[in-house]
Amino acid sequence: MAARRGRSAGLIRLALYGIGLVPAVVSFVLGATNRLGADPVNTFERTLGLWALRFLILSLCITPLRDLTGVNLVRYRRAVGLLAFWYALFHLSAYVALDQGFDLHTLLADVTTRPFIILGMVAFTILSALAATSNGWAIRRLGRRWKALHRWVYAAAICAAIHFILSFKVIRVETLLYGLVVAALLAFRVYRAAPRRAKAPPV
Amino acid sequence: MRVFRYPSPPPSSITPHALWLSRRDLLAAGAAAGLVGGILPSRAARAVDLAAQPGPLSGEGLKPTPLRDVTHYNNFYEFGLEKTDPAERSGDFHPRPWTVRVEGMVAKPRTYDIDALLGRKLEERIYRMRCVEAWSMVIPWIGFALRDLLAEVEPLGSAKYVAFESVVRPSEMPGQGGVLPVLDWPYVEGLRLDEAMHPLTILAVGLYGQTLPNQNGAPVRLVVPWKYGFKGIKSIVRIRLTDRQPRTSWNVRAPDEYGFYANVNPAVDHPRWSQASERPIGAGGGFFGASRQLTLPFNGYGEQVAGLYAGMDLRRDF
Ligand code: HEM
Repeated sequence: MAARRGRSAGLIRLALYGIGLVPAVVSFVLGATNRLGADPVNTFERTLGLWALRFLILSLCITPLRDLTGVNLVRYRRAVGLLAFWYALFHLSAYVALDQGFDLHTLLADVTTRPFIILGMVAFTILSALAATSNGWAIRRLGRRWKALHRWVYAAAICAAIHFILSFKVIRVETLLYGLVVAALLAFRVYRAAPRRAKAPPV
Repeated sequence: MRVFRYPSPPPSSITPHALWLSRRDLLAAGAAAGLVGGILPSRAARAVDLAAQPGPLSGEGLKPTPLRDVTHYNNFYEFGLEKTDPAERSGDFHPRPWTVRVEGMVAKPRTYDIDALLGRKLEERIYRMRCVEAWSMVIPWIGFALRDLLAEVEPLGSAKYVAFESVVRPSEMPGQGGVLPVLDWPYVEGLRLDEAMHPLTILAVGLYGQTLPNQNGAPVRLVVPWKYGFKGIKSIVRIRLTDRQPRTSWNVRAPDEYGFYANVNPAVDHPRWSQASERPIGAGGGFFGASRQLTLPFNGYGEQVAGLYAGMDLRRDF
């Protein structure tokens, strides 16, 4: 029984990776064959960044979903979080390789002087640390510190959301909506972590 | 001149054939002034062929960006924020009837009808276009030197600047009624008088051999090839000569990011990205077709225009 459930969870996880990578594969193929519009590199780069943020937000939704509705998808959280990391890595690679053509001079200036890029880099650094410790071995090794480390995911989400807002010349509604969702998820976290009064009023 | 296909029904399919033929004859004869409007369905936005001489000021060896990209990758926030919005959402816009008022510090203020502008002696100018967002195109504009128009209204000695104003029509321009304020409408731009009088500065009424599509700023727009694209105000309704530096839309919106001059300058970065290089649009070949190219000072027009800025600190006056 338990084994069967474990196996189907494994299959679902596999399917999640498969489906999750579809936007990246599709836009890569379109871009490589010149069907991604007039500015394929930028479109590809932006598509990857947007999906990184989406998966990051999805991974943060799983606990509130369980707490509020009882639907428990916690066993898929790692897969969703890792998808966010992979997309961030693709996004960064598209920027370094396709957009800037490995121009170290420009890249160095970008990551040292532009707050917009620095925020993206901070988010990416955090996601890398989280991805590197998203395995049973790291969880056992780090013990209590693992939880503390993985709370940094909120910092990553905030940086990424601001990075998104700043990536346009004007403030766009959809970027604010993403920011709002991140803020709401963080607020939920803070609310849950606050010490309970004896009789909390019903929420 | 080469004839380019334009992706809309040919005029022959919407105009009685005899009329259409006579209109073509008129156009060919260069006698279109004042008559085109009378023959066309009054508010039609159909592309019309323009007779234009290749101008001596076209850049040499420039390969025009494909028409499809020139007309489907646009920043024209009056129609929306996405590059594809102007082509998709400008169908309700009526570029005629149209007049352009030229006024302010001039001896002879005048109102020009668009047909009078289309009937002027037109030139083709193949110019580089560098967007402040670090992409670029090459566009075969059709138009005339702004200086010729300004000469007709006789600027007063006190005039130092030229202020431009774009149209406000929220019912036809969906981007003017968005949720968040994007820019203050009308879009406004400005040039120093000597910049406006420079022979490279044109008012464009067409591209690729035909009248301007709505998404490219129909019916008349400014083109200043050594400046970032946002200086090229579209759908102009008013030109005013003044003694004070005019407000300009992007400068009002973010003064630390967009200056009044906005000369293309690879040495002065936008706060959020480098201006040292640019992505050429429409090179084809997908990811691997277009590599970045270096951005040139004054977008490659330095020889002609650098003198306008002698003695100025272009890092401060960016
Ligand atoms: C070193 C790390 C990063 C760099 C250098 C970077 C760079 C960029 C650049 C250059 C753009 C805008 C492209 C343009 O100018 O048009 C961009 C957009 C974006 N980035 Fe990043 N980024 C980084 C990390 C991240 C991370 C970690 C996320 C999300 C988790 C992210 C999400 C986004 C989003 C959502 C956009 C806008 C997408 C859209 O237009 O819809 N970025 N990034």
